[in-house]
Amino acid sequence: MSETAVVEVKKKNEALFSKKNKRLITDPLNDNNPITIQVLGICSALAITVQVEQAVIMGVSVLAVLILGNLIISLLRNLIPSRIRIIVQLVIIAFLVTLVDLALKAYVPAVSEKLSVFVGLIITNCIIMGRLEAFAMGNKAWPSVLDGFGNGLGYAVVLIIVAVVREFFGSGKLYGFELLGDPTSGAETGLYAMGYMNNNLMILPPMALIVVGVIIWIQRSRNSKLIESH
Amino acid sequence: MAVNKEGSGYTFAFAIVLVVLVGATLAFTSMSLKDKIKKNVNDKKMMNILSSVGFTDKDVTRKNAAEMFEKYVVKRMSINSKGELLVEKSGAVNALDKEDPFNFDLKKQYKSDIAKLVQGLKNNPVELMKKVDALEDAKYPMYVVEKEGEMLYVMPMVGTGLWGPVWGYVSLREDCNTIYGAAFDHKGETPGLGAEIKKESFEKNFIGLKINDDKGGFVSITARKGGKLPGNEHQVDGITGGTITSNGVNEMLYRSMLVYSRYFKSK
Repeated sequence: MSETAVVEVKKKNEALFSKKNKRLITDPLNDNNPITIQVLGICSALAITVQVEQAVIMGVSVLAVLILGNLIISLLRNLIPSRIRIIVQLVIIAFLVTLVDLALKAYVPAVSEKLSVFVGLIITNCIIMGRLEAFAMGNKAWPSVLDGFGNGLGYAVVLIIVAVVREFFGSGKLYGFELLGDPTSGAETGLYAMGYMNNNLMILPPMALIVVGVIIWIQRSRNSKLIESH
Repeated sequence: MAVNKEGSGYTFAFAIVLVVLVGATLAFTSMSLKDKIKKNVNDKKMMNILSSVGFTDKDVTRKNAAEMFEKYVVKRMSINSKGELLVEKSGAVNALDKEDPFNFDLKKQYKSDIAKLVQGLKNNPVELMKKVDALEDAKYPMYVVEKEGEMLYVMPMVGTGLWGPVWGYVSLREDCNTIYGAAFDHKGETPGLGAEIKKESFEKNFIGLKINDDKGGFVSITARKGGKLPGNEHQVDGITGGTITSNGVNEMLYRSMLVYSRYFKSK
């Protein structure tokens, strides 16, 4: 994984400044998406995509941590002793995640309860470690911020797409709104009154994996660059 | 720069400075947000207590939790394992008052003193209760709610599920025997299996059940694997695929309600 990232960084250094920076944001959205192409951060993609709201918040949290982490590491990159660089990166990530956790607990407690242990899991999200090590350690602050923004966005977009599919088919809702009527047994309304039932399989983690798989399939079949030769 | 960045001295110095800075910032943030976080935790606790006496999320929100709690909860008490009353408070909750039963951390007590006893004597409730009763400092908080002219008794409880702690509040009617409502929660039980304990579909089965038999002897409530027996007033349907969580809930209900029932009998 890191090998391809290093090659990519070298290639970008040769490109024009503005064009290069733009690609830092657009690349992770499609050609080099952290979830569907690099297959990083799958654990959280499975765990918190049952509802769109949680996916949005997880996406925003990772985005914030990734931008700030990239920025801090990039500013410190010439000071960090290379022997302990991974530990320094971990300390910075853990620091930022703890800050996010405290802020969520203090200002949006309902969300904090829903995310519960997954906030802590941002620390182990390999996308963040990957970007800090592969990009921020070797690039200036501004491109690092853009790279963090791009990758965070690429992660959030996939998370939200999976969550939309799972919440709609699993609970008949989108962002908490009941689109198909009230499924309470005995008092069904809307589609439920006509005998429609939610697909409970959608709620379970394996379905997230299948949805991610379908997204990868669609993406690869549409993007000729991603089709492998063998 | 004249400093050798790969030298051990520099590496140590860098690590120390970084850790001190990070530590200081985190400590500062944590201290300045402490009050807000504490208030949120207390609001949630009030919401949970009120939900066991039939208030829904729509009735009690985070915004009006403290207000509703003060309005409906007329007394906050704590008792010891013999069922003797230790403290009784009423009026608004004072977050700084350590005596206040509301501020007592039942989860902490369970974790430090009771959990290991439960672990060892899972299949021997009689022996387990002997050990639990022997804990002289153990406190059991409870709440008296006045709703629609009736006095309801809310019993908080903590236990162990499959993956982590489970907890809940069970409320009794004025007769101190019939269950008025129940609210359970958990930290990380399996969604769709053990996690079902926090669903209304599980909680509503408790309504109307009795914790004592006809002669007044304590029976407790059991979630029975294979479904409740018809006409049984002390059973609910166990959760399919959630046997260990169900067993944890049963253990929690028996151990906690036995202590509270002593208070009700002496009253």
